[in-house]
Formats: sequence, C-alpha cells, structure tokens
Amino acid sequence: MKKKITLQDILINYGIIIVLVLLVVFTGIMRPTFFTWRNISSIMLNVAPRFIIALGVSGCLITKGTDLSAGRAVGLAACISGTLLQKADYSGRFALTSGLPNFGSWWVLIVLLISMAVCAIFGLINGVVISYLNVPAFIGTLGMQLIVYGICLVYTNATPIGGYRNDYTGVATGKLFDLLPYLFIIAVIVGIAFWFLYNMTPHGKYMYAIGGNPQAAEVSGVNVKKTLIAIYVLAAMMYALAGFLLGAKAGGSSVNMGQGYELEAIAACTIGGVSVNGGVGRVTGVLVGVLVFELLKSALQFLGVETNYQYIVQGFVIIVSIALDIRKYIQKK
Amino acid sequence: MAEEYRLEMENVSKSFPGVKALDGIHLKVRPGTVHALMGENGAGKSTLMKCLFGIYKMDTGSVKIDGQPVVINNPDEALHLGLAMVHQELQPIPERSISENMYLGRYPLTKIGPFQVVDHKKMNEEAEKWLRDVKMNFDPRAKLGTLSIGQMQSVEIAKAVSMNAKLIILDEPTSSLTDNEVEALFRIINDLRDRGVSMIYISHKMAEIRQIADDITIMRDGTYVGTWRVEDITDEGIVKNMVGRELTNVYPPKDDYRTDEVVLEVKDLCSIHDRSFQNCSFQLRRGEILGFGGLVGAQRTELMEAIFGMRNIRSGEVRIKGQKVEIHKPDDAIKNGIGMITEDRRGTGILGVLSIADNVGISSLRNYTNGFMLDLGKIENVVQENVKKLSIKTPSSKTQIQSLSGGNQQKVIIARWLANNPDILIMDEPTRGIDVGAKYEIYQIMIDLVKSGKSIIMISSEMPELLGMSNRIIVMCAGHVTGDLESRDATQETVMQYATQFNQ
Repeated sequence: MKKKITLQDILINYGIIIVLVLLVVFTGIMRPTFFTWRNISSIMLNVAPRFIIALGVSGCLITKGTDLSAGRAVGLAACISGTLLQKADYSGRFALTSGLPNFGSWWVLIVLLISMAVCAIFGLINGVVISYLNVPAFIGTLGMQLIVYGICLVYTNATPIGGYRNDYTGVATGKLFDLLPYLFIIAVIVGIAFWFLYNMTPHGKYMYAIGGNPQAAEVSGVNVKKTLIAIYVLAAMMYALAGFLLGAKAGGSSVNMGQGYELEAIAACTIGGVSVNGGVGRVTGVLVGVLVFELLKSALQFLGVETNYQYIVQGFVIIVSIALDIRKYIQKK
Repeated sequence: MAEEYRLEMENVSKSFPGVKALDGIHLKVRPGTVHALMGENGAGKSTLMKCLFGIYKMDTGSVKIDGQPVVINNPDEALHLGLAMVHQELQPIPERSISENMYLGRYPLTKIGPFQVVDHKKMNEEAEKWLRDVKMNFDPRAKLGTLSIGQMQSVEIAKAVSMNAKLIILDEPTSSLTDNEVEALFRIINDLRDRGVSMIYISHKMAEIRQIADDITIMRDGTYVGTWRVEDITDEGIVKNMVGRELTNVYPPKDDYRTDEVVLEVKDLCSIHDRSFQNCSFQLRRGEILGFGGLVGAQRTELMEAIFGMRNIRSGEVRIKGQKVEIHKPDDAIKNGIGMITEDRRGTGILGVLSIADNVGISSLRNYTNGFMLDLGKIENVVQENVKKLSIKTPSSKTQIQSLSGGNQQKVIIARWLANNPDILIMDEPTRGIDVGAKYEIYQIMIDLVKSGKSIIMISSEMPELLGMSNRIIVMCAGHVTGDLESRDATQETVMQYATQFNQ
C-alpha cells in the first residue's frame, strides 16, 4: 500500500517552503545581521498577531469559505481599543471618549472584551449571510469588508489615534521575566486553544466534515448552519484580539490599520497547507505559513529589495503556493 | 435486401472492468417508426445508447445507418450522421435564450468589419421556424429557464430536427411531464414519424409503449432478449421477458426476526412537489427488513429522504413507536433513532478528504463528549471495533476514505451508523457499485442488525436483492405506493407488475 514518494511529490507538497528556506539561508549568509536575536524577536512579534488573524481565517477556509473582512475588522478593533485607552492627560484625546474617567488597569481587559464583542457582531452577520442566505463567502465578506471600513471611518472621522495608556501599550511591549514578550505568550495560548478546538472538540470535527462534504455532513446530523456561524463569530473575535494587540504594539492606530491583512492571512494559511478545497488544514500548518510569510518579508527587506518590489514578490508567492496546492488534488483524479 | 433499416446495431458487446455490461445486443430500427427499448434498471439501455453515440467504445459489434457501415467516435460525429439524443436529464443553460441553447456551438456567424460575430437575427429567425415546425410558439429570445421541463424537451426535439436528425433517441422523455405535456409530446412524435424520422423510445411505461411504439426490443442484464411488433406481444409478455431470470442464491440464510411492534409509521406523506411522492403510507416493524421496489423515477429515494429530513413535505405524518415526530433536518431524524445510508455515496455519504476514523465518528460525536472535549480514545476504540467487525480493508484508521474501494467506503458509512446505533436504518441501494464478496458481507450485517432488534428499510433496484433480502416488499410507482406484499408471496413478475402499474 505504501506509495513511493517521488521528487515531484516533495516539490508539490513543500516546494514553496523549500524555496523560502533557501531564501532565508541565502539572506543569512549575505546579511549576517539577519540572524541576530534582535531581528528574530522582531519577526516573532510580527508573527504573533498575524498568526492569530490567520487562525481565525483558517476555520473559514477549511469550510470552503473565506473572510475578506478580516483586515478591516482588525482595523476597527484597533481604533475602538485606541479611543478607549488614551492617556487621561493626552492633549489630542478622541472627542467621543474624552469624557471617560481614568479607570484602573482592569479597564484594558474590558476594552479588549468590548472590541471582541463588537467584531463578533460582524462575524455573526457574516455567518448568517453565508449559512442562511446562502451568499458565497467571497461576496458576503467582501461586502462586510466595506461596511466595517465605513463604520471605522464614521467612528474615527479618519483621525489618527495616539497617546495610549502605558498599561495598554505594555501588553505588547512587556516581557515575562524580561525575556518572553507577552505578545508571544498570547499567540502561543491562542494557538494551543485552536489546536484543542480543531482536534479535540465536536466543533472541530464538524468543521472538517463540512469542509469535506457539506451535504454528507448534514446527512450525518451535523448542524451545518450553526457550525458555520460559530466559525465566523470566532474568527471575528480573533481579528479583534489581533487589532487590540497591533494597536498596543504600534502605540497608535488609524483607519488604515489592518488593510490587506486578510489576504496575508489567506496566503499564509494556504502556504501552510490549509486547502482551498476545504476539509484540510492544521494549526501547526497555519503557524508555518505565517512564519514563512514573515520571514520572506524580512529577508526581502534585509536584501535591500525596495518595498514596492516586495509586493510583487509576495503576490507571486501567493499565486505559486495556491497553484501548487491545487496540484495535490488534480493528481488524484 | 429484405428490409431496410434506418439503424442497425449488431452483436454489440461492451465490458467494464469486472462486468459485462452488454453482450451481443441487436437493435434494428425501421425508418419512420418509434422503436421502444425496454429493460429493467441496469439492463444496459443507457450503455447501449452511449456506445451508439461514441461516448463508450464498443468492444465488438457493428453499426449501420441506412445500410451504410459507420464508426462513431464521439457525439459530434453522431450528430453529423443524423443521430440526436434528448436526454433523460436535460442539460440546458437556463439563463440564456432559447435560440442560443438551440444553436449552442454552431452559432450562425456574420462579419462586422474584420470581426466575426454571432448573427442573432438569423439565429432567432431560424430557431422560430424550427420551433413552429414542432408546433411550439415560443419567442426564441425568451430565457430557456422560463419554460417548463416539457417545453424544454420540445425545444431539444426542435433542435434535433433543425440538425436534420434522422433518428432521435428519447430517453425516458415523460418521466417528469404532466399529462397535457405528454399529449403534446406524443403529437410531436407522431408528426415526426409521419415525416419519416425514426425514434428510439426508452421508457418503462407500458401504457405509453402501447400508445406510441411500433416495435419493441427488450434487454435483460446486458443481453438481447428479442424484438417484436408491439401488437404481437402482451403486457405480461413484456414483463416476463424483462425480468425472466433465475434467482441465484447469493444471500445469507436468515430467519424471520419480525415482532408485532410498529417502530415507524408513515401516514399520507406528500411531497411539496406534485410530481414527487404523494399519499405514501406504510409501517415498519421491529426486526423487519422492509424492501422498497420500483423503477427509476418511482420516487422511493425522495420519500426516504423526506422521512429523514432532507426534503420537505406538504402534508402527512411520521410516527416513531406511536409518537408523532417533527423532522425538519437530518439531525432531528437522528435524534429520533433513524439512520440513513444515501444512494449517492460520493455526494452525500463520504467525507472524502477526511480519515476513516473521522468518517465513522461524525454522526455520534455527541455520545463521546463530556460537554466540551471529545474522548478520542473511546472514539478510536469504536472505530477499531467496527473496522474489524465489518472487515474494512484499510492500512489504518487515519487513511483518507476516498482512497478506499467502493465496497469499503460503503462499509465505513455503515460503520458510521452502527456507531450511532439507530433503531431504524434506511439503506438506499446499499450494494450499488459493490463487488459480490462485499455485497454478501453487507447482507450479513443487515441480518445481524435485525436479529438484534433493529429495523431496516432497504431501497433496491436489483430485483434478486429485493426478493432475497426483504421480509416484506413495498412497491412504488410514479410517487405512489402501489403494492405491499410478503416477500414469500412475491415474484419478480408481481413486483414488476406493481412497479409499472400506472392507471390506479
């Protein structure tokens, strides 16, 4: 029964990762500073929020959907968090929330929950539109992308937000025992939670079943609509968490925060082996995908590739990785 | 020449791996006649037509058209030789106009400057002319989707006529038509016959054959039975020739495990679609294997899918152990102790890219959770137990189900329901596309189930299986229950009689 693994199989399955590993090694040789602790930890801090976003999107992809509203939801959450967590004595305080009293540190957590709750509403709408109204996820979430962006513009009036409280920015900049960044720890916890959800709970099994064959899942007694809604709500809450963290990390935010992150997340998932045909995808794969994508960006920077060209390379990587992914299924016919 | 034929197919044979689908078939169609092609489900009618159109390559045999030997390699060549087929399931493009559908792939072209463009004016005029030719007054610019199925069929026939077809194959043309539409279709057929067009008419409906056909050829299990003038053969003769085979003993021995307890009662169930099942009632008892017989299109699958919550009903009720239940989705049925193995294993059965373990577990996960977390160890035990019990041949329980053979896939689906442990298991064509050895094993599983007090509903289009496995047989025809017989009293002939009984 054991099939011989050919070179072609290896190239199709791991081609993009092999190329990127070579690129990283090449960069390390050309630019020795690439492998310094400083750069590696900076990559890690970039990976953390993107990993959280990609985990959210992965559920949508595994069920043959997608979520194009992810990036804008990240931006909205960053703006909501920012406006609620400015320093009391900051001169440019956001008008609408300037009357808020200077709450204690517990307020940071409450703001996170508020952001997650707001985004969850949009996720709920996404889920209902996709499952009950049968709108293709691509279109439904494309519409939601515009709606969320519009709401963010209306809310902030397109003004940049800054002057954050130290206990808020500390969430992103702080380190446990002066060593492990909180951001890193949070991403690890979320990753473990998703691994648990995908592998150990009925919800996870139902998700894979829907991705494998939604009709068969329904016949097997899976509540397809409920499961889909739960997936989109959870995804939106992850965008909120990521937006909250990105705002803290940057120390400010604007309506453009998170723009295009949904595409990066989809690309990362696909590179990490989440199948666009549904039913396949692992948390570890998502991590590898995000890591590879961030390494690519950093390597290009170190090699001195101009930012504008970096986009071209990234786009190229996305297309090639999906083309390779599709090959796996064409072969089986 | 003694007699001229429009089409002569002689000694046609076709094998697929492991099956001889056609074995020495003859079909001779006279010019300007309607030739009925009859046979049970799986007799090889469609395969024969596919060989004629070059979709399948025949292993042996010859085809002559108007006395000229021809070799047809694909449907396009068949078209050029004057053969056209009106399919059982039409494949039109409903969002485009009638004329575009008629001229698909052969649009009349004209030139605007250097550009070749579609000549819409000419196309519409031509289409209108041909539609009038078959007595249809549609605007060819209207979307095809606005027509009824019967009207679409007329458009297909008009298309065939427009291509100068000398021989039109009508595959179950009336299966989804109303009486009025059937009448209109017959007028068109009669008109075409008068103009010298030959037609092959594939149908199960005895009354229609009497009304429309001149000759009749009967096939059985891929073999040629004979050809008659319609007036030379009785209805009983047709049925006898269609089914006349010996029952072979491929069924495990079994006792009657039935009790008096009625576990499922269906009363006057009506589909929301007029042409689907109507006023269907039956009872299922504990320990019973209840067979459902009938021809393709009898709506047996639709009825079962409605009971299982996959389709909507307009009226009627379902009672389980005397209690009226409301079933709106499969999950409701499962909670009421019903399981369902669907006919379309690929479409609604297997979760292709998932592992065998996941495929087995999916229906019963709620039994293995402490509210939040799954007991994966327990699930794996259940999976292993069933893989062993059903002797599923697989390297491991982590193997993707789509890499297994059809028989093993089916056993995995059965394992899914054994794990769920329903009181009532509906099996729709449980052994379709499965080799003989696996079939026997599935029959044994069914017997073990009823022995342990479960009840089974089995839809089967294979007569020997239906007679060999069922305790009782319900026969359906055109959406109605037409027969309810103890299997010891049933013969292939009686079942076929009920299955073709249309004027009740």
